[in-house]
Amino acid sequence: MIEALRQKKHLQFVLLLVIFVLLCLIITPSEGNWFWRLPPLIQKLPGIITSSVDYIMFDWWLIDVWDPDIEDYEEKPMMNQFTRSASGLILFMIEFVREIFLGGVKTIVTFSGWDWATENEWARWPALPWTVVAGGAAILGYALQGPRLALFVGFTFVYIAVFGQWEPSMETLSFVLIAAPMAVLLGLVLGVWAFKSKTVEMVLNPILNVMQIMPHFSYLVPVVVFFGIGDHAGAIATVIFATPPMVRLTLLGLKKLSPEVAEAGLMSGCNNRQLLFKVLIPTARRDILIGVNQVIMSCLAMVVIASLIGAKGLGNNLLIALNQLRIGLALELGVCIVLIAIMLDRLSLAWADKQVDYFADLSFVERHKFSLMFGVVFVVGVILALIGSLVFKEDFNYLYLIPHNKGLTTQDFWQAGVDWIWDTFFYALKGFNEWLIVQVLVPVKTAYLAMPVFATFVLTMGIGYIVGGVRVGLAVGGFLLFIALTEWWDRALITAYLMTLSVLISTAIGIAAGTICSQHPVSTRIMLTICDTFQTFPSFIYLIPVMMLFGVTDTSVLIAIVVYATVPATRYTIQGMLSVPPQLQEAGSMSGVSRVQRYLSIELPMAFPHIALGINQTVVFALSMVIIGALIGTDDLGQLILKSLSDKDGVGNGLVLGLCVAFIGLAIDQVLRTWANQRKKALGLA
Amino acid sequence: MSTQAETSTSVEPVIRCDSVYMIFGDNAHSMLKQANGVVDHAKFHEAGCIVGVNNASFEVHKGELLIIMGLSGSGKSTLMRCIARLNEATAGKIYIDGEDILSMNDKQLIELRRSKMGMVFQSFALLPHKTVLENIAFPLQVKGVSTEDSMQRAKEMVDLVSLTGRENYFPRQLSGGQQQRVGIARSLAIEPDIWFLDEPFSALDPLIRKEMQDEFLRLQDVLGKTILFVTHDFDEALRLADRIAIMKDGIIEQLDTPSNIVLNPATEYVRKFTEEVPREKVLKIEAVMDPYDPNEDFSDLKVQKDAIIETVAEDVLNTDKAVAVVDAAGEIVGALHASHIVHVLFGGHADDAAEKAS
Repeated sequence: MIEALRQKKHLQFVLLLVIFVLLCLIITPSEGNWFWRLPPLIQKLPGIITSSVDYIMFDWWLIDVWDPDIEDYEEKPMMNQFTRSASGLILFMIEFVREIFLGGVKTIVTFSGWDWATENEWARWPALPWTVVAGGAAILGYALQGPRLALFVGFTFVYIAVFGQWEPSMETLSFVLIAAPMAVLLGLVLGVWAFKSKTVEMVLNPILNVMQIMPHFSYLVPVVVFFGIGDHAGAIATVIFATPPMVRLTLLGLKKLSPEVAEAGLMSGCNNRQLLFKVLIPTARRDILIGVNQVIMSCLAMVVIASLIGAKGLGNNLLIALNQLRIGLALELGVCIVLIAIMLDRLSLAWADKQVDYFADLSFVERHKFSLMFGVVFVVGVILALIGSLVFKEDFNYLYLIPHNKGLTTQDFWQAGVDWIWDTFFYALKGFNEWLIVQVLVPVKTAYLAMPVFATFVLTMGIGYIVGGVRVGLAVGGFLLFIALTEWWDRALITAYLMTLSVLISTAIGIAAGTICSQHPVSTRIMLTICDTFQTFPSFIYLIPVMMLFGVTDTSVLIAIVVYATVPATRYTIQGMLSVPPQLQEAGSMSGVSRVQRYLSIELPMAFPHIALGINQTVVFALSMVIIGALIGTDDLGQLILKSLSDKDGVGNGLVLGLCVAFIGLAIDQVLRTWANQRKKALGLA
Repeated sequence: MSTQAETSTSVEPVIRCDSVYMIFGDNAHSMLKQANGVVDHAKFHEAGCIVGVNNASFEVHKGELLIIMGLSGSGKSTLMRCIARLNEATAGKIYIDGEDILSMNDKQLIELRRSKMGMVFQSFALLPHKTVLENIAFPLQVKGVSTEDSMQRAKEMVDLVSLTGRENYFPRQLSGGQQQRVGIARSLAIEPDIWFLDEPFSALDPLIRKEMQDEFLRLQDVLGKTILFVTHDFDEALRLADRIAIMKDGIIEQLDTPSNIVLNPATEYVRKFTEEVPREKVLKIEAVMDPYDPNEDFSDLKVQKDAIIETVAEDVLNTDKAVAVVDAAGEIVGALHASHIVHVLFGGHADDAAEKAS
């Protein structure tokens, strides 16, 4: 009996489940019972964090600073001065880019200290006409790649202008144009550093793990405390969020290089700097570019969240539109964000792939054709704007700047569409919604909340132990213990309930869709393209259509999570299926397996390590969406994180809540990763 | 040692290695000190050290092509990397043109590589983001040569390795053979004195490999570089080398001319390599000729002393009389007897067969 148990893992799981159910039945729910709920021993932790942050910010390391107002030195805290100047610098850069697009005098004033420029309307730096920006960007696209990119870039800007989102879009663009290069640079530096030093790599690794799973919301409060509110704070939060994947991919790319490449560089006579910048980084650029792509996507995914701490632009407007349930407007704004994301991504890729022709004997005109073209566009655009000022005398000058929300709009159409669906399917939707909430969501939620903490620990640590031995079991236990000792265990259970349900649904859909699509090369390609497109959308976008249909309920959140989190499950399943070697398929066919047998006995086991990693990603995606769901009103950890934003003692709360979410993710990550690695080893794939 | 080496000892060799050791492992230095120069493979392995090169001493002279031959793990690439200082030798001295390169600082080393060294790699190691032309110009550009000059020079190199018309291709668009031509052109762009080739043709198909070897011989004919060439292919070594160093477990088992190695293998290990070698394809007439005796009756046929036996064997063996051997100047330097040729080519094998039979 015991011998059989030791051998058969599924028997162990059954036994574990039995114990779990028994524990649930035995342990009585009462406040004082430690088996039911652990006492919130680290309740004070958030407060401690808050006060230490305050101390660092306002009392630590006082230095003398010259104050021009009182004409004397004054003692001020070092940290405060440092963050203030960092904020100023970043804000200056963002404003600078912004003023190129939209005009203004802030940067000039900063430089010169001339106040008269702000006071005199006529001295304002004029905005570029939108036609010039669109034309210039199209020329850039043409110069970097060719007519197709030029067309796409041009279309993006025309769309933005025509739909009256010029101003917020340029604000967002200027914000991204500063935040993204900062994240890329920081990621590159850290990645290279980790590549050069094992110690740095060892220190960075766990930090990156936590950062990647931690919900972006929890960065916001500390950022606000250190840097205040505004575009710069948004940019800093975005950089913090967008850097980890860049570090990861830089390190990965550099590690994958064959040592001969570095040797070839050395034998060509490179010094250290040349070796790094001319040989190693360019050769690893495939992975590094994926990192850049991730950074751009993350930056645009953050625009909405950054707007919560004062970043201007599309994100803010989108948030307002969602709150007012103006679905059509939200959709148009969403498309703007997606277009900007894709455009920046394509432009950065094209820039990295650019080629030089050395032997073309070029005339002056040919060599400077793009500058000349821009010159022409500039002159034509300005003339058009002048003509516009004559034509639209009373009205807005549509040829110069199309004012916010004064362009075309398809809002009414979408609203009508929503109304129509609402009218036609009202009962069906309502019925489904109510059924889902009453029959599924509420019972599952209640069941989760009815779990005694002791039983939960036995179950999760048991799974960890069975899968990966003592080490994994203890790691899982450690992560959960942290959460259990805070006062938010119940909230965490609600987060876990939403996450488990959506991960289950996503995984089922993803594996099914991935399996079916991978049967044929064409469907594979189509599905991968769909996955790419979906991943480009900032996670917020998914809330728009589901809110149209299901309003502000858990159903909306669940469906939005499922749509978002199905992408990695599908993608990894396809990759797993494609990784099955054709010889194995042939061997199977020659052994006379049926199609279903082949799937179950060959393809699925071989693809399993990939699929497990896909589920892992699905968990991460789902967790990040659960938090975003808080914006439409769930009552889980995310909601509390959102609340901590407006709380003056929110730093500690926000961080600890963020850690709670991250630890749920890390616990699951531990188990799935170990499992996937074991299968990989067993199959000889590692 | 071949006579050639002995006569030129008065001139400073281009490369001189003096008891070079390369041992990998954290405690390599202390282990080597304890061992007092006598390195035992197994003992070092136990202590967590891997012996790459074990007491290597040799010289390479100007214009000479030395091939380091050995199976994988024999330390042949490691030895080359020590001389290029891609690996830091654990002990010993390495001189390039009389200068001790192990005591050079980074700046001097970079200068040395920029002016004197070129290297070709087994996996080509081209920069994937640069075109053929840019790859070839790369060593010139890091050296600080202007774009115009370096591209001009790169263009010449492209023509030299017969890649004309493919200047703007990226490495991924080229076949293996073409990629290695780019690698060769890149290594020659700065006109190095010393040319390192690390298994340059091992990753290529047999036919392409043969073609590249011919190409290599043609280039060497024109350029006359001092060459250190690493290979695991004994036939390749015999075909190309002036001298061959055969390595095993980090030790140079024998260093000699191809014909001496085939005729007089120094160790059992070397003999195993030479066994299967078709001698008529390796040996030159020189190796089988007898001293010249003016009284002998010669046929009208005359053969060059440098000729490979295979190329003249049919004519020589069909002649009844002795055949005169002449040098490049046409002077008679020796006599060929059919019986002697037959003995050298097949005699050894007959002994083996007899041994096996008994």
